[in-house]
Formats: sequence, structure tokens, C-alpha cells
Amino acid sequence: MHEISIMESTLELASTQARNAGAARVCVITLRIGTLSGVVPEALKFAFQALAPGTLAETGELRIESVPARFWCAACQAEFQSENLLAACPKCQTASRELRGGRELELASLEVE
Amino acid sequence: MPVGQAILDQNDRLAERNRGYFRARGLLVLNVVSSPGSGKTTFLRDTLLRLKGQLRPGVIVGDLATENDGLRLRESGAPVVQITTGTVCHLEAEMIGRAVGKLPADQLDLLIIENVGNLVCPASYDLGEDLRVVLLSVTEGEDKPLKYPPMFQSADAAVISKMDLAGPCAFDRRLALENLGQAAPRARIFEVSARTGIGMEGWIDYLVQQQRAARNRSLLG
Repeated sequence: MHEISIMESTLELASTQARNAGAARVCVITLRIGTLSGVVPEALKFAFQALAPGTLAETGELRIESVPARFWCAACQAEFQSENLLAACPKCQTASRELRGGRELELASLEVE
Repeated sequence: MPVGQAILDQNDRLAERNRGYFRARGLLVLNVVSSPGSGKTTFLRDTLLRLKGQLRPGVIVGDLATENDGLRLRESGAPVVQITTGTVCHLEAEMIGRAVGKLPADQLDLLIIENVGNLVCPASYDLGEDLRVVLLSVTEGEDKPLKYPPMFQSADAAVISKMDLAGPCAFDRRLALENLGQAAPRARIFEVSARTGIGMEGWIDYLVQQQRAARNRSLLG
């Protein structure tokens, strides 16, 4: 359950950003979470509900954009998305050694007022 | 308003600081992860014993509670710092930065970090290591890599431990290697038993060779 500590960091970052922008309230926090990040979106939402009270995001909303795992297939010279998170190219079955996306754990944007 | 900031930015920065500290000393640093009970401590203790006369290792070991693993590893004669994390399910870069100060870093050329037994949470935290080593034992089943893609995907080396039990467990070696190939495509694979010594020589050679590469990187600045 490292989602709790990840949400703590998120709320800290969001509050700092909001204060720097002169805002008093965080209305929407949008995160980009890769499917290979090792973080479970549902657990993040649970952590948000538990931790948001008492912060600038108390009445705010958490939105999570899922970022799919993307690999580069050197044999096909093409990128492919992986639903099962494994590195096998769907066309030629070669295991890719190059991950191009899917590990994101990012505070993408904020709506503040 | 757009932000575009890594949530673990602070950890990533501290990890980079650790990396700089390690690199300046020519230290090879391993982050060893596995599920609880896969034989990490036994494997590492045997590794430490076999490295005698070849490399000078130090160890940082993380557990939620008890100093038992630290005590077992200390039997090898290597300096060991035990971190007890309380309820935290993984090690973070900041903990490593503090712990390494308790080791005679200038007299070492290999630092082994034994992470908390957990195949999920440690995947997200860079510690500043050169190599991420994931361990799985033959008793855990061949499909372990398919169940924990984030951890296996990031592995530089995968060690299949307790190979002496492969027979009694009806371990399907071919299937396990196939699964590793898909979940951990970048990983060098080692099949070992710390108890019988099978495969340990190849693993030790790998460490010596990787250490040499780390030292050369350090000399090149």
C-alpha cells in the first residue's frame, strides 16, 4: 500500500503549486499513471479520500488518466501497446527490450481557484 | 493549469544524489527485490562468503521489523546496516542516503541493498542503484513474473533461487524462462541454489565483471 505515501506526495505538490499560484482551493487534480508504474488507481482514489480532508484539495476531485505500456519492436520497427504488460510484440512475438511508456507517475495538471 | 511533475520527484532527486555518491567511489550498487520467503538473505549471505578475496561488499538490509536478516548477513564478516521501516513497505532513496553514512563506503567496491520483501511497492522507488536484481524461488511457481510486471520489467538481472528444490516442486524450467523472457526482457538470468552452490559461480563472475565496469565508469568521470 505505497499508494498512501504517493498520495501524500501528490497532495503536497498540489498544495505548493496552488499556493504559488495564489489559489485558496484545489478543485481538480489530474494524474497520469502508467499501467507499469506499480501503482493501483483504485488504491490512489481511496488514499485521496482518506488524506484530502484538511488540505487545499479537501473539496476537490481526483482524476486519473491511465497511460498504456508502450514498447518498441526492433524487428518490426514499430511501437506497440501492451495490454497484458508483457513485452512480446503482438505481430512477431519478439520480446522487446525497449519500454517507451507506461511507468509514469505524474501530476499532470491542476484546476485551482 | 499544467504541472507535469513526477510525483516521486523528491525521491528521484535523492536517488540521483546517491548515484553520484556511489559513482564517485566506483561502487557497484545492487537493489535486490523479491517476495517474502524467496531466499534473499540465504542467497546474499552465500554471495558475500563467495566474494571474499574478490570484492569488498557492504550491505544495507530493509525489513519492517527485527534485525534478524542483518545478523545473518553479518556472519559473513561484511559490514551490514539494518533499516527497520516500521510499516513502510519499501525502501526509499532518503533511507539509503542515511544508511550509507554508517558504512565504511570508501573501503567498499560493492553495495548490496536487500529491499523489503515485496514485489509491488519497491518497483516505484529508485534508490540510486546500478542494477535491479529480482529473485524468485522455484517454490513460488513459474508464473510469478507474469503476476508482477512492473517489478520484473525493470529488472537488470533475475535470479531463480532454490534450484535444488526444482525436482520436488515439479518446477517447469522452460515455462519459467519463457515467462521471464516476456516479463523481464532486459534481465540476465541466473539459476542458483545457495544450499548446493549450483549456479553461484556464474553469478559471482557477473558481479565481478559488473563491478569492473562500474569502476571504469567512475575513472572516466
